[in-house]
Amino acid sequence: MSTGEAHKPPPYMLVWVGLFALTIMEVLIATVTSIPKIWLVIGLMAMAFYKAYLVAVYYMHLKWEPKRLWLLVSVPIPLIMILIFVVLNEIF
Amino acid sequence: MTTQAMTAGRAPMPGMKVYNLKLGMWIFLLSEVMFFTGLIGSYVILRFAHPEQFAEPGQVLNINLTAFNTFLLICSSVTMVKAYAAIQQGDQQGLKNWLLATIVIGASFVGVQVYEYIALAGEGFVPIADAYHAVGRHMPHDGPAIGGQLYGSTFYTMTGFHGTHVSIGVLCLCFTYWRAAKGAYTADSLGGVEIMGLYWHFVDLVWIILFTIVYLI
Repeated sequence: MSTGEAHKPPPYMLVWVGLFALTIMEVLIATVTSIPKIWLVIGLMAMAFYKAYLVAVYYMHLKWEPKRLWLLVSVPIPLIMILIFVVLNEIF
Repeated sequence: MTTQAMTAGRAPMPGMKVYNLKLGMWIFLLSEVMFFTGLIGSYVILRFAHPEQFAEPGQVLNINLTAFNTFLLICSSVTMVKAYAAIQQGDQQGLKNWLLATIVIGASFVGVQVYEYIALAGEGFVPIADAYHAVGRHMPHDGPAIGGQLYGSTFYTMTGFHGTHVSIGVLCLCFTYWRAAKGAYTADSLGGVEIMGLYWHFVDLVWIILFTIVYLI
C-alpha cells in the first residue's frame, strides 16, 4: 500500500464469506450435478480464478498498491498464457 | 491510513513506490507463480495425454476432507490479514492473538494433509511405480487398480510442494510471532508482518487453484 490517501477498511470478512460460498458451490457442482465435462471445467476454473483474484486484490492488498506494482505482478500472465498455449498445442 | 503506515515506516523506492522488502517478496512470489505454473502445466499435459492413468474426482481422493482443508486455509488467510490490520492500529495483543490463530490453523492444514497422505497410502495410492495399486475409497483392497502411476506421481508432487510451502510458512509465522512477542512490530514498523502476510496469502491462492484442478476436475 503506497498511497497516502485514507480509504475505507477493507471488507475482509465479506471476502471470506465469498470465498467460503464459492468453495461450497465448487464442491457441489463437481460432486452433485451432472454438467458436461467441458462446461464443468470452464465453470470451476472461472470460480477458482475469481477466488484467487479476491485473495490477491483484498488480502494481498493489490487494490491499494501503485499501478507500477500491478504492472510487475502482471508480468507472469503472458508467460503463463504462452505456457498453456504450448501445452495445449502439444495435446491437440 | 497514513503514508507512513502504508509504507511500513520505510522509505518507498523512488521507482516502484514500495519499500525494498515488499518489492523483493513480490518478485519472489512471481517466481513462485512460474514454479507452480510449470507443475500444473505438466499435470495438464500428462492428464490429457494419458486419461486412462487418472481417476474421476472422488474415486480415490477424499473431496470432503480436502474441502474442509481448503476452508481451514481460507480461514487462516482471514486471521493473517486481521493480524496485519491489528498492528496497523498499534494493537500488539491483537497482532499476537491473530498470528497465533494463523499458526494453529496453518499447522492444522498440514496435519490434515498428512492424515490424507496416510489414508491414501493405505489404499495403495502411492507415487512409487512398483508399489502402485490405488483401489479407491471404500473399495476392497484386492480390487482392480484405479488409474496409473502418473496419477500418484503428479498428485504427490503438486500437493507435496504446496504442503512444503505451507510448512515453511508456519515456521516463518512462528518466527514472526516470536518477534511480535518481543514487541518488534509497531504501527509505524510493520513490514515483517506485511511480507509474511503476502507469502501466506500466496500459499492460500495457489491452493485455491490446486484444489480445483487436482480434486474437482
